[in-house]
Amino acid sequence: MNLELTVIGGVDKEGEAEPVERLDMVRGEIIGIVGPTGSGKSSLIGDIEQFAQGDTPSGRRILINGRTPGAEPRSDPRKKLIAQLSQNMHFLADMTVVEFLKMHAKSRGKPASVAKEVVELANTLTGEPIHPDHHLTILSGGQSRALMTADIAVISDSPIVLIDEIENAGIKKREALELLAGEGKIVVVVTHDPMLALMPSRRVVMRNGGMYRIIDTSQEERTVCEDLTRVDDWLMSLRETIRQGEVVEAAP
Amino acid sequence: MKLVVVAGTPGAGKTSILMHTTRSLLQSGMKPAVVKIDCLWTEDDRRFERLGVPVVVGLAKDMCPDHFSIYNVDDMLAWAASQECDVLLNETAGLCLRCAPYPDNCLAVCVIDVTTGPNAPLKVGPLLTTADVAVATKGDVVSQAEREVFRERILEVNPGCRIVEANGLSGKGSAELAELIRNGPETAADMKLRHNPPLAICTLCTGELRVAKEHHRGVLRHLDGFMEYVGE
Repeated sequence: MNLELTVIGGVDKEGEAEPVERLDMVRGEIIGIVGPTGSGKSSLIGDIEQFAQGDTPSGRRILINGRTPGAEPRSDPRKKLIAQLSQNMHFLADMTVVEFLKMHAKSRGKPASVAKEVVELANTLTGEPIHPDHHLTILSGGQSRALMTADIAVISDSPIVLIDEIENAGIKKREALELLAGEGKIVVVVTHDPMLALMPSRRVVMRNGGMYRIIDTSQEERTVCEDLTRVDDWLMSLRETIRQGEVVEAAP
Repeated sequence: MKLVVVAGTPGAGKTSILMHTTRSLLQSGMKPAVVKIDCLWTEDDRRFERLGVPVVVGLAKDMCPDHFSIYNVDDMLAWAASQECDVLLNETAGLCLRCAPYPDNCLAVCVIDVTTGPNAPLKVGPLLTTADVAVATKGDVVSQAEREVFRERILEVNPGCRIVEANGLSGKGSAELAELIRNGPETAADMKLRHNPPLAICTLCTGELRVAKEHHRGVLRHLDGFMEYVGE
């Protein structure tokens, strides 16, 4: 299926028209959203998630394949085009992990048997394993985020994926991003992390609530990103070593 | 005249959602009037006045707030007509979750807070099960998965209802609700309630203060579920 996601610009916090008037995204593209805290990054993906039609403070409009989406893809999870990993780090539902996953699978029209797969996948992203009979409310921030990530990859398998600051949860961020991105999806990543910001081919810079400019990732930036990946691998291995109670050695 | 009856658990965001929806209705050229029913005290009328729409407050005091709301429907509609309005937004204060203040020819809206957890839709009763629209609020506080599980739970108790995901702070969902109101039913002459009210008057209603079992009369239900009639 052909899929194109368009954001028609609205206004910034002062009510001025935002400098980027239109943003088009196609399947297979990962796009970054960067900018200082409070600059409107989460509001932008919030607008996309709810298919805003001039009815949010930004006044932005979201088009799918050039048209206003109908009410059904907006509200029915079985037809939902969008999967979202928000900044929320905790579950509030007083249910066990497996009960919750089975119910979520049902809401998305998937068989209950996927619950086991979600837990196994989540446990590849987090240190301390999650047990299916654990109550959701006792999971740590990292465990919750790992479970939310695996849940999106397996149950909310939608063609558009919105990811808000995946780096803040103490889970393996690059593996998590690769898991969520899948093949042929449109992926929007809000991030403060230099490596994640330079992985996409383009990034939107937010300022004062508006889309300020779009930067194409240059060849030089790609090289920086490769260096960062090596640094990140080293940091991850140090983290694991320290977590396991061992002693670290100097860089090779 | 259209009638919209908004009910929901305390603190779910009824007033905030209704304020955003009122703005949206005004933008589309409709003329809304607001009646805010509360039990003992409210100053929400001041919030609505700032929108420039006619508003009255009804305090139910010692009367059941749902009965108060229903008993005054004719007066409310007459008042809204006298203000030359075409839609009456009635925010109720129902608390006991046994009945629902929805007449048949209205748009019945139940506002329910997602953070109360996926078992909450099972506890709300006729307020939710007989509603046309369930407005799920505070969804920004939980994950998308949790919102979808909550939605599934609403559909378990009310399979035919329309679910609107809304946010009282940002106004999300209010345009959608306003459109449902614009397409909602017109009131009729002999309206009936959708759901039967709970058991009739009890000893406490007539002023009994003593706790001991022997002082209570009427249709009584024991902790184990056994029901009996005690009285003449």
